[in-house]
Amino acid sequence: MIALLFRDMRLAVRAGGGFGLGLAFFLIVTVLIPFGVGPQSEILGRIAPGVLWVAALLACLLSLDRIFALDYEDGSLDLLATAPLPLEGVVAMKALAHWLTTGLPLTLVAPGLGLLLNMPEDAYFWLVVTLLLGTPALSYIGTFGAALTVGLKRGGLLLSLLVLPLYMPTLIFGAEALRRGADGMANTTPLFMLAGITLFTIALLPFVAAAAVRINLR
Amino acid sequence: MSIWEYANPKKFMETSGWVLPWVIGLTALTLIPGLVWGYFFTPQAENFGATVKIIYIHVPAAMIAINAWLMMLVASMIWLVRRHHVSALAAKAAAPIGMTMTLIALITGAVWGQPMWGTWWAWDPRLTSFLVLFLFYLGYMALWEAIDNPDTAADLTAVLCIVGSVFALLSRYAVNFWNQGLHQAASLSVDKEEHVADVFYKPLVLCIVGFILLFVTLVLLRTRTEVRARRLKALEARERMA
Amino acid sequence: MRRAMELKVTDLACARGGVPILEGLSFSLASGEALLLRGPNGIGKTTLLRTLAGLQPALAGRMSVPAESLAYGAHADGLKAALTVRENLMFWARVYGTRDISQALADFNLEDLVDRQAHSLSAGQKRRLGLARLLVTGRPVWALDEPTVSLDTDSVALFGKAVRAHCKAGGLALMATHIDLGFTARELDLTPFKALPESTGGYVRSGFDGDEDFT
Repeated sequence: MIALLFRDMRLAVRAGGGFGLGLAFFLIVTVLIPFGVGPQSEILGRIAPGVLWVAALLACLLSLDRIFALDYEDGSLDLLATAPLPLEGVVAMKALAHWLTTGLPLTLVAPGLGLLLNMPEDAYFWLVVTLLLGTPALSYIGTFGAALTVGLKRGGLLLSLLVLPLYMPTLIFGAEALRRGADGMANTTPLFMLAGITLFTIALLPFVAAAAVRINLR
Repeated sequence: MSIWEYANPKKFMETSGWVLPWVIGLTALTLIPGLVWGYFFTPQAENFGATVKIIYIHVPAAMIAINAWLMMLVASMIWLVRRHHVSALAAKAAAPIGMTMTLIALITGAVWGQPMWGTWWAWDPRLTSFLVLFLFYLGYMALWEAIDNPDTAADLTAVLCIVGSVFALLSRYAVNFWNQGLHQAASLSVDKEEHVADVFYKPLVLCIVGFILLFVTLVLLRTRTEVRARRLKALEARERMA
Repeated sequence: MRRAMELKVTDLACARGGVPILEGLSFSLASGEALLLRGPNGIGKTTLLRTLAGLQPALAGRMSVPAESLAYGAHADGLKAALTVRENLMFWARVYGTRDISQALADFNLEDLVDRQAHSLSAGQKRRLGLARLLVTGRPVWALDEPTVSLDTDSVALFGKAVRAHCKAGGLALMATHIDLGFTARELDLTPFKALPESTGGYVRSGFDGDEDFT
């Protein structure tokens, strides 16, 4: 299992793995926002937390179809399914590798992009905390979506259509916890809900996703 | 004789073929009088004006929109547990109907909201939830369309329906939380049922019954179509093999 | 020597894309034996191997594959282009809990290539790497789908040697192939087991197979 985790991370970082793409996308979306809404720093500062959350979510979405598609095409997925690893474990490890190469780096660069958008000072701490709590859920939900669309030739667009509605609760609670935290209001409820969703997805979705992969390999 | 016998496609086709004309008749007998009664023979409410009459489409459509998803959920679980093909096809057949009902509820709501609240759209929890529901229907139908093998498609959409239901409930809760947290906008949403006086209530009940029957009719019709399409596919496969 | 084991298939029926293609298939294979699956394209060799590997359910019949014993080798090699030969092989060795890859590298003449990335290998070299994976699984039953595709004669000989060594050590090999491997093995022609269009072969009738008129 650990071998699988390292393999997936190594593949993501190697040439053609698309590791930097998500980060670059995150940066570009953030740069585009001021062009769209105008350069007034007051407005930008107010929308910055929400914008960063949505941009991070979209950047996560970008690399989801790679989770299984490449392994499906070159036959590794068949071999993994017949290997002594439980498929649930394979799925969980792949989601973890996705988070370590996507969600975690996004979380780490997000404060830098906050500067670009003139985000208020109090928000930085909560930005990192909410993204850290929320992005694992994005990876695990996304892995489930990827598992549903493994066998499809051009499943990328469909994957977005399936996954985005599922992302909604995570986004709502994550952005809400961030906004409240930044305004100095109590935000334990959305924070707990966010953490709850993340734990819930990590605990249960690998089982469902593994079932979906099995159905697709059949 | 168990209820599961109707899950056999052949038996289902026989029974539904016999039931269908009756259901169509009953739908016409409830829906048409309900709508006519509601539209022409109810007084105008003092603070709503004539716009109140849209309630006879709006409320039943919204109810069907939610319950169609529930029906799909139950049908999906039956398919996963008992592998009855008709169940999977019924879930598939119900999705476009549910989506249309969601759309009707959203549009009639907008048309009603414009004169009442002065806006076509507000990010009110109820409205938002319906929009989210609409997206879930879209994803579900798109997945059915995307997969060639009917059994694989049935399995995967059933899984999506179950996981989607959990997340739809979560979204509903999240949306409630999100909006009340922002603008205390609860005043925008008029609680319809509770404010409806008796004169409006009776035709409304008739309309709701009519819509339920309409839903049953459409689901039966569409499921029959799906069964026939599957049968055609099976025959074609047989031809190819022979 | 491994302990003796047997692979036994009784009255098996399998489907591809929901259509039954094989039925009534029975055979058995004991330690030390190799069996070559023959039959025209589309008869169901791949389907049979995938069914045995547990990737798809059988429609009917029984198969007794000793648990955790089967290594499946598909058309595709499952190689990662961005990883080196050593990394590719090490990964599978770790997945199967065997650490030693040197023997596998030597048997398939891959020692000079260990630090090359897989994308720079030729098709035949990739195939050899894919076959070397079988050795590191350490599993006794090999189920191989067209294992000699894109191999030259020397490499086919290497492969033949590996299979012989595997069988000699008490392993079992089940292969779908058209090529002569340079050793005598039992052959099984799948043609007689082709599912008839009308037959159900124990297949649970769905009611969709058109036994009713279209009204």
